[in-house]
Amino acid sequence: MNKILLIIQREYLTRVKNKTFILSTILTPLLFAGLITAVTIISVKNLDHEKIAVVDPGGLFKGNLENTKTISFEFPPGVDSNNYSAKGYSAILYTADSGNNTYKLISKKQLGIIAEGNLEDKINETLENNLLKSKYRIDIKELEAERKKAGNAEIQQTYHEGTQVKKGNSGLAYGIGYGSGFLIYITLLIYGNMVMRGVTEEKTNRIAEVVISSVKPFQLMIGKIVGIGAVGLTQFLMWIILIAGLTAGATAFLPKETLQQAQESSQQMPGAGGNVKAASSAATEFNEIKNTLGEANWVLIIGCFLFYFLFGYLFYASLFAAVGSTVNEDANDAQSLSMPITMPIIVSIMIMVSAITNPSGSLAVWASMIPFFSPIVMMARIPFGVPGTVPYWQLFLSMALLVGGFLLTTWISAKIYRTGILMYGKKATWKEMWKWAFRKA
Amino acid sequence: MELLELRNLKKYYATQKAVDDISFSIAQGSIFGLLGPNGAGKTTLLRMITGIFYPDSGDIIFNNKKFDPLNDTLFIGYMPEERGLYKKMKIGEQALYLARLKGLSKHDAMEKIKYWFMKLGMESWWNKKVEDLSKGMSQKLQFVTTVLHEPKLVILDEPFSGLDPVNANLIKDEIFELAKKGSTIIFSTHRMEQVEEICDHIVLVNQGKKILDGTVPDIKQQFKENLFRITLANAPAIINNPSFELVKQVDNKLTVKINEGSSSNEVLQYFINENASIEAFNEILPSLNEVFIRLVEGTKATRQFQQVTV
Repeated sequence: MNKILLIIQREYLTRVKNKTFILSTILTPLLFAGLITAVTIISVKNLDHEKIAVVDPGGLFKGNLENTKTISFEFPPGVDSNNYSAKGYSAILYTADSGNNTYKLISKKQLGIIAEGNLEDKINETLENNLLKSKYRIDIKELEAERKKAGNAEIQQTYHEGTQVKKGNSGLAYGIGYGSGFLIYITLLIYGNMVMRGVTEEKTNRIAEVVISSVKPFQLMIGKIVGIGAVGLTQFLMWIILIAGLTAGATAFLPKETLQQAQESSQQMPGAGGNVKAASSAATEFNEIKNTLGEANWVLIIGCFLFYFLFGYLFYASLFAAVGSTVNEDANDAQSLSMPITMPIIVSIMIMVSAITNPSGSLAVWASMIPFFSPIVMMARIPFGVPGTVPYWQLFLSMALLVGGFLLTTWISAKIYRTGILMYGKKATWKEMWKWAFRKA
Repeated sequence: MELLELRNLKKYYATQKAVDDISFSIAQGSIFGLLGPNGAGKTTLLRMITGIFYPDSGDIIFNNKKFDPLNDTLFIGYMPEERGLYKKMKIGEQALYLARLKGLSKHDAMEKIKYWFMKLGMESWWNKKVEDLSKGMSQKLQFVTTVLHEPKLVILDEPFSGLDPVNANLIKDEIFELAKKGSTIIFSTHRMEQVEEICDHIVLVNQGKKILDGTVPDIKQQFKENLFRITLANAPAIINNPSFELVKQVDNKLTVKINEGSSSNEVLQYFINENASIEAFNEILPSLNEVFIRLVEGTKATRQFQQVTV
């Protein structure tokens, strides 16, 4: 036992002290934050302020066109298509005569598509308001107020969980499920490959034979797997802390206006249609998420995440170790031999994408039982509710199967590993590995 | 006293009888040579002695008890033919790690590392990495990590390959010193001149079987061909006598083979009677190299794969 601890310690410390590890741990969130900041700043900078001169002989628009941060309207006298830019306007708008809906916009440069869409909306809105006012004598401000009163219907989904009635939010569940499934997927691939490379390195360095004259091959394999798992946890923890810190820092130091502008720019994306409406619905949705975040069963979700993260990693890592032990100097061997192990991981992410839209479907249920897929697929289902979407028996069966699967893969892998790590010269075939795994003693 | 005894060890692979019923014993404090051509089964045998492999059948008696791979590995130091160290690890940490894997406490390990590093002039290496070392230097480090925990049994597989004569002598002296202090050394090699120089006792294996077992002088006696070299002041024109045959003659230097039933005195008597004054007379013993080649030659150089039915 003591020796396994020594091995874990070595595997952990040599990796954590490695410069590449330190750099990637610190730089990844920084890069991430930098990228987001850069995109934000660029999109804010890109919002040119356009001043538009309006020629409005009918007088329909004066005072009715709302100015925004990106466009302002002015109604100066004596401006025409020849002198508008000299007077400091970026475009000139000729309003249409009555009975005609063609508005002419003249500018030196192409106005941004955002500005154009914006402009059309504004003209339409003004026309509509004018029409309502002149034809039906409706005060537009009153109408808005009435609308707000009436049009605020909201579906509150509830479901019964035992005796408790809970608010449901499939959007949130979707997000959590997707996020955690994807996180496990990435971890399996990154750290699984790290285990494989580590084993291959020990074999090609010929250190394995020295070490296993002191410890059992199984101890060496488990030590490596646990050590690298700890490295993975450390890295994740560091990332979470750094990202949280950076986000807090960004909110504190960036001027409020920039953040607001950034928000606005994202709302004014083309195709967003009625901006105001979209913004208000986004805001209410955001509030809802804030509310329901408190309702999600975090203890259960985090607990299950850790469980599936850990045992999913252990399940696959020993397989990766077995493959690593059969590889010789040729790096191509590693790739072709690890294919059959990487495939189920990739397949699970594909199943997850489908399972998350139908978390109670038979594909989702079956895949979340099979240990090859369950770490990713089950994690996508759990946020939808236990025991609502995932009955307890399914959860426990899935966990039991995964733990059983982990014991089985480790047992098989240990046998392949024991032989493979001392076999030099040629690449092992699948048939040989099968023999190593299932022969006795 | 025997430190290690192998009884009817067998280890079969799918296509080969790697070790096929081998028994021998090794005395405490001796330097034992395990010889054999490539693929004879030496490495498999050594891996069974170090507990890496389990024999299919047979017993290993270590220190008068049945060998227990889990606990006895502390008393064994193994330097495999394929050397290995962690390339990216610092040398001091590496030595410490390997010593602690053997079961030494951190404190004990540090003291022993310091002692050996001082002894072999490696103090300045502590913070270097293995990848910075030359082949000979890493060989020295490997040797230190093998004997650091003062094992009762030191197994060295080709310990001199890649070493220059100065460092080879250094290691050789350490081997003698270890043996003098009571360690038993198993020494596996192809280099027969080293075996003659170092080993007390040898075993030759070929194709998984033991074909020779004994001390170096005994084996030479066993394989001598009754050849003698005679140097004469003046060789007689015709040499003919029933007690010996002339094998080779270069001027006054003769090589003769004494026939069965005759003694060297009869040969000398003959030359004295012939009035040839004898300047030198000595027996030609075969070198281990010759014995090795004689025994191994004729068997297939590389082992053929065969179907093994257990």
